[in-house]
Amino acid sequence: MEDSKTIQFSADALTVAQNIIKRYPEGKQKSALLPLLHLAQAEFGGWLSPEVMDYVASLLAIKPIEVYEVASFYTMYNLQPVGNCLIEVCRTGPCWLRGADDIVEHIEKKLGIKDGETTADGMFTLKTVECLGSCGTAPMLQCGADYYENLTPEKVDTMLDKLRASGKRSNYLTSNKQEI
Amino acid sequence: MGRKVLLQHIDVPGINTFEVYRKQGGYASVEKALKSMTPDEVTEEVKKSGLRGRGGAGFPAGMKWSFLDRKSDKPRYLVCNADESEPGTFKDRYLMERIPHLLVEGMITASYALGAKSSYIYIRGEYMYIVRILEKAIQEAYAAGFLGKNILGSDYSLDLYVHPGAGAYICGEETALLESLEGKRGNPRLKPPFPAVAGLYASPTVVNNVETIAAVGPIVMMGGDEYAKIGIGKSAGTKLISASGHINKPGVYEIEMGISVEEFLYSDEYCGGIWKGRKLKAVVAGGSSVPILPADLILKTAKGEQRLMSYESLSDGGFASGTMLGSGGFIAMDETACIVRNLWTFTRFYHHESCGQCSPCREGTGWMEKVLHRIEHGHGHSGDIDLLVDVAKKIEGNTICPLGDAAAWPVASAIRHFREEFEYHVKYPEKVKNPKHFEVEPFVSERLVAAV
Repeated sequence: MEDSKTIQFSADALTVAQNIIKRYPEGKQKSALLPLLHLAQAEFGGWLSPEVMDYVASLLAIKPIEVYEVASFYTMYNLQPVGNCLIEVCRTGPCWLRGADDIVEHIEKKLGIKDGETTADGMFTLKTVECLGSCGTAPMLQCGADYYENLTPEKVDTMLDKLRASGKRSNYLTSNKQEI
Repeated sequence: MGRKVLLQHIDVPGINTFEVYRKQGGYASVEKALKSMTPDEVTEEVKKSGLRGRGGAGFPAGMKWSFLDRKSDKPRYLVCNADESEPGTFKDRYLMERIPHLLVEGMITASYALGAKSSYIYIRGEYMYIVRILEKAIQEAYAAGFLGKNILGSDYSLDLYVHPGAGAYICGEETALLESLEGKRGNPRLKPPFPAVAGLYASPTVVNNVETIAAVGPIVMMGGDEYAKIGIGKSAGTKLISASGHINKPGVYEIEMGISVEEFLYSDEYCGGIWKGRKLKAVVAGGSSVPILPADLILKTAKGEQRLMSYESLSDGGFASGTMLGSGGFIAMDETACIVRNLWTFTRFYHHESCGQCSPCREGTGWMEKVLHRIEHGHGHSGDIDLLVDVAKKIEGNTICPLGDAAAWPVASAIRHFREEFEYHVKYPEKVKNPKHFEVEPFVSERLVAAV
């Protein structure tokens, strides 16, 4: 278990965090909570451990419970570790009409995992999600900051291979878009 | 070609940059408002324009602005609702991605009208890449003197910020959005007080959708009266329609309100007809929340009149035979689509997105999802269809925010218009166990067969 005292933003991330806090009126720094949790998740391995959440609470001078209750409400915060690349496939109506189920099935077969699982090598986590606002370019998925749209099984294969080769951890703040 | 107000310059190369946008006449509304109009005069033009909230509710924007408590000594806020999450809706994303300065310009002009000194664009977290696009546009606007202290040498100052959410449909409800912007769970607030009196930080606040705010610049430039001439009756202006599903040309289209649904669906300028040469079965015309209509009722009203793309025409006939324009999320389904399966995905969505505050919604959406899951997977019981109707009825009108209604309406309308299809699922469980059952063997209404 990491000691919460060892958890600290890098100097660069701390500057970003301070600039985010400045967007809100004095005394309303709690408003920065959602953006800071995004930053923390990107900085600390793709998920929010209790220690990381406590650290964010200390930055905003709020109680840890105020962070936990928010982190557990919003789906983009991972409260458990995830694979290097979190693959989120939309499957709500409009995507389903254009074959989202086939895409999910293809990824499950290709990676040998089911919805919600992570590959043994820790490379990919597959998650089905609800509408990502990309219905006109369905089927689609999101990996970190990037949308992959108008998918076919072939495009998915190319994407997975390239993501594996890039070796980068996906996060919502930084694009790692692969040509497919 | 129909008249374009928002997307007129969308194809100009580099329109996402300040320089090109400015060359196309961009930011002129800020100059006009700040140099020659009082804030109230700007509000007056928006009132005259007949612009209605484009997020889904369709409430007159100018009237919403006029409710803002201007006597309060607290700061006033304008918050843009860019939490676009209604299934079938992706127009705001398109607009912000392609022509971000149109939103920034609208935010400045509208903030001036409302007397806001700090304004926020609350954008859904999944659109994080658009946060970067908007932030770049905002920086350019600051550099050019359209944001910051003493804009264009006037005594009006404004700061504009982008604030990402983190995955919660409910934050599109304006009071949940404000909670979220304050760093809390997105639980909708009881109203009153309305945001116009006690919104962000309990201060007077206006929350408007992206498309609504984007229309403010063009309205100020052409004048409210001129804008009101576009469109049809109380459906003034143009509307962005997000077209998806089984059509040849999915995408975002700006339409002048009043064109026929038939033209929108079948002409090459818009959807280009149903894909794979198939026939139309049903349409959800305004985002997943609005009642689904079968092909005959979406093309013509119950009275036999041509159905138009407008607030009034789409709702003609009430919920018995009509629907709503909503957010303009137009989802078309061909003859192989399974209404039950589509509805199950919608209901699963609402269950997932219910904030959990109100029991009818928290529990009811879960029950409906469970019942729909078993009907769709060949385990339905004979009483399930009436059970769904009953649960939907008990959610509707019994919750703090409209998510409950939004979850109930699709269920009630699907059963209203496609009851036979639900009955078929219960009657022939073996046939529906293949998830692609109607692609293998399209559903043919026994009533229709009998009629032939």
